[in-house]
This record gives sequence, C-alpha cells and structure tokens, in this order.
Amino acid sequence: MNTIDHHWQRFTLKQKLSRYAVYLVLVIAFVQSIQSVEVIPEFLLDAPEQMADMFSRMWPIDFAYYPVAVHDAMVETLNIATLGTLITLIFAIPLALMNASNIVNSAWCHWISRFFLVSSRSVNSLVWALLFVSIFGPGVIAGVLAIAFRSIGFVGKLLGEAIEEVNMGSIEALKATGASWMSILLKGYWPQVLPAFFSIVLFRWDINVRESAVLGLVGAGGIGVVLDDSMNLFQWDRVAMSLLAIFVIVILAEIVVVNIRKRLI
Amino acid sequence: MAGINSSQNRENPFKQNWFVTAIWLLVICYVVYSFNAMGLSWERFNEGLGHASNLLGRMVPPNFSRWSLLMSGLIESLEIAVISSICGIFISLFLGLFAARNMMPSWISTPVRTLIALCRTFHPVIIAILFVKSVGFGALAGILTLVVASVGFIAKLFAEAIEEISLKQVEAIRATGAGFTSIILFSVMPQVFSRFIGFSTYQLDSNLRNSTMVGIVGAGGLGGTLFSAFQRFDYDFVAAILIIIIALIMFGEFLSNIVRSIFR
Repeated sequence: MNTIDHHWQRFTLKQKLSRYAVYLVLVIAFVQSIQSVEVIPEFLLDAPEQMADMFSRMWPIDFAYYPVAVHDAMVETLNIATLGTLITLIFAIPLALMNASNIVNSAWCHWISRFFLVSSRSVNSLVWALLFVSIFGPGVIAGVLAIAFRSIGFVGKLLGEAIEEVNMGSIEALKATGASWMSILLKGYWPQVLPAFFSIVLFRWDINVRESAVLGLVGAGGIGVVLDDSMNLFQWDRVAMSLLAIFVIVILAEIVVVNIRKRLI
Repeated sequence: MAGINSSQNRENPFKQNWFVTAIWLLVICYVVYSFNAMGLSWERFNEGLGHASNLLGRMVPPNFSRWSLLMSGLIESLEIAVISSICGIFISLFLGLFAARNMMPSWISTPVRTLIALCRTFHPVIIAILFVKSVGFGALAGILTLVVASVGFIAKLFAEAIEEISLKQVEAIRATGAGFTSIILFSVMPQVFSRFIGFSTYQLDSNLRNSTMVGIVGAGGLGGTLFSAFQRFDYDFVAAILIIIIALIMFGEFLSNIVRSIFR
C-alpha cells in the first residue's frame, strides 16, 4: 500500500457532519432571534447621545455624599457578603460530603444533593433576594440569606470535587487503625481539602462582594439601596459616587483574595 | 527492647495548627460583631419563618394559566441569550487574541487587557441599569449588557488559553512563510479551539441565567415578568416562572454537554 498518497484527515465524516450541524443550528438561532427580537432602531441610533448626556450629568462626582450615606452602606454590603459566605458553609459542607462518591456511596444521596446544588445555582441571586424580601421584609437579613443560598451550589459543587480528588492512602491508613467516622473526616480528609477549601471560599467571597452590591436594588440592603434611591431621584452625581465606591471595593476585594491565595498555595 | 517502648516522647502527628485555630476564632468574633452591627436577631428570623410557610402555601399549585405571557417572556430571554452570546464570543475572539501577551506587543495587549478588566468589574445588573438609561427599556439593553458581561469573562479566558499554547507549532508554521492570518488559523486555533468551545458553552449557560435576571431592571426578558409578578403578590405565577427558569437552565446545560462532547 502506498502510504505517501494517503490523504490524512483530522476528523471522521461523522465528526465533521455533527460539527457543521452545530454551526448551522447556531446560525439559524441567531438569524431567527435577530429577526424576531423587538429592538427599536431609533433607540440604538440615539444611544451615544443619551450616554453622553448620562455621563455629563454624572461628572462632578458628589464626593460629599460619601460620609452621609455611602460609607455605612458599603460596610453593610461587605458584612452581607462575608456573613452570607459563612452561612453558606453550614449548608454547603454537608451537601459536598453527600455529593462526593468516595464518602457516601449511594446514588440516592448523590441525586438529592445534586438537586439542591443545581437549584441553588439556577436561581439568580437577585431572584433569591426577591424571595427573601417577600419573606423577611426589606432589609439586611434578606440580603444575607440570598447570598448564602445562591452560594451553596457553587461552594458545594467545587468542594465535593475537591473531596473526590483526595489521596486515599492516608484515609486507608486511618481506617486500618480503627479510627471512628468523625476522626477519619477530621484527620484524614480535612487536612487534604484545607487549601482547596480556603481558596474556594475566598473566590466565592470575591464574587459575593460584587453580587451583594446589587441586591439593594430589590430592597435587600447594602449599597444597592443607596444606588436605587439616587437613581429614582435622577441624582446622577450621587449614582456616580456609589458606582465609584463599588468599583473601589471590588478591586480591593480582588487584590486581597489574590494575595491571600498566593500565600496559601 | 528500648526501640519499642520509646513511644512516650514521640511527637503527636495530629498537632494543633495554631494559625488555623486563630482564623476560626477570628471568624467567630466577626460573626458575633456583624450580627450586632446589622441588627440581626433570632426573633426577626423566627417571625420570618411564619411568613415563609404562608408564602410557600400561596406558591402551590403553580399557576400556568397566563401561558402566553410566560412564553413571550421566555422567548425574549432566549433571544437575548443567543444574540448576546454569539456577538460576545465573536468580539472576544479578537479581543482575546489582542490581549494575549505572547502574540501581541505590550502596547496593544495592555490597553486591551484593561478594557476587558473594566468589563468584568461591574455586575451585569449595574451595566444593565446604565444601558437601560441610554437605550431605553427593552431587549436591546439586555443584549448590550450581556455582550459586555461575556466580553469581560471569556475574552480573559481566551487570552489566558492563547498564552499557554506551545510556540513550537507557531514557529513551524511561520517557517513555511505563512502570513499572520494563517499563523493564527493553523497554529494557534487548533491548539486552543476545544478550550474555546468549553468557555463559550459555559458563557452561553451563564448568559441564559443572566437573561432571566436583567429584566428586573427593565432590560427585557422573563425577569421583568417575574419582578412584576412579585410586586403584584401573584406568588403562584412566580412559582410557575421559577419552574420555567430552572427547566430552561437545565435544558441549556444538557445542550451544552452535547456540544462539548461533539467538539471533544
């Protein structure tokens, strides 16, 4: 057989066809959406002018507003994010343990935990906040619980994966000594999961700082309430102040998290 | 027999880690402080639980009678997600390439990286508010918001993926005398394509989630329907909308798993 003339192909015919099918579906979906979505072209043409108007109203940023209302609201936002992250752990750790196949070996447990994790992740934090605002009334408690419930899915899933990657050697050694179930968890799994645990929690805290900044738009406390109020009153210079404060806090949170993670890992 | 009995002065293998203990103590102090600072109390929580059972009672059975309203919101959310994902991925392809430090000189990559970081800093809802102000209520504001959010997220990941490629293939293609476009198409893209597909399907998922949320501030989609249902205390309709949203997101995850397995 003459191998020189053989025509090499990277993909089989079936692979090629299925790839083209995906592209085709995407193009059809895109064209269909563009045609049927209700976009008013005049608004799009008007947009640069409107944006310029908005930024010109924002420009002399109202720094005097910071000590009046923004500072307390920012502290509240940070508290919501931190406390929410801590409360998440109460629910996320048991679910992560249930979801890890090397700890609980039962399909039922996996399905139950996965159901909770997925539904926590599917519902957006603002929707969780709406739910908790209608339960507990407007205020900080709704914000904390919204952040906590939203984070369960994220923390639980990643922590479960970290537990599954544990080296089983030391676990078996502990089992061989006749250690109890609790001490296997605490002395076998926990030290190995510790770095992953801290980095997951810090990562989620960083996300939660961003998310808690907008929860106030639906009445769940924090800087979002100040932002919403000044927007409803068209005080764009105060809006700019709140946005600047959010920007600074988000950047600071990211710097803090990056530095701590560098030390830990 | 001294070797066997020497266990008296052996080090405890499970010794206390003082650093971690200190962190836990700090956390407990913080929890006590923040509960006081924010005025959270058990009575408040307990009172809320009564409302919770009331709310849940009003949620069942979910009310699907306003089917047409639900469907129009759902379709608008889907359209927002599809358009914004495709536009966002298309823009990110170029921005990601320009932001990769091994492909571009630093005077191009630094400004592009700053732009990407700026897109990522603000929560989509805040961007949505600004766009609603500038282009008015409706789907357009949602689309623009999610395009910005997608660029902030996947352009960064694209750039990181391109920075991790092996430069040997790039050199091999360059040695054949290929131009810039051919180098990108035949040496860079094959190395990163499957990761790009992974990021893109993830972004499609997250745009699907966010497209059901931007409506809360008036940027079109199912979120607006949800928000007004909340404000009118139609909790049975709220339950129906939430069920539809969860079903939509699970369907989206199912689809993106299929796409990922095709491109593996």
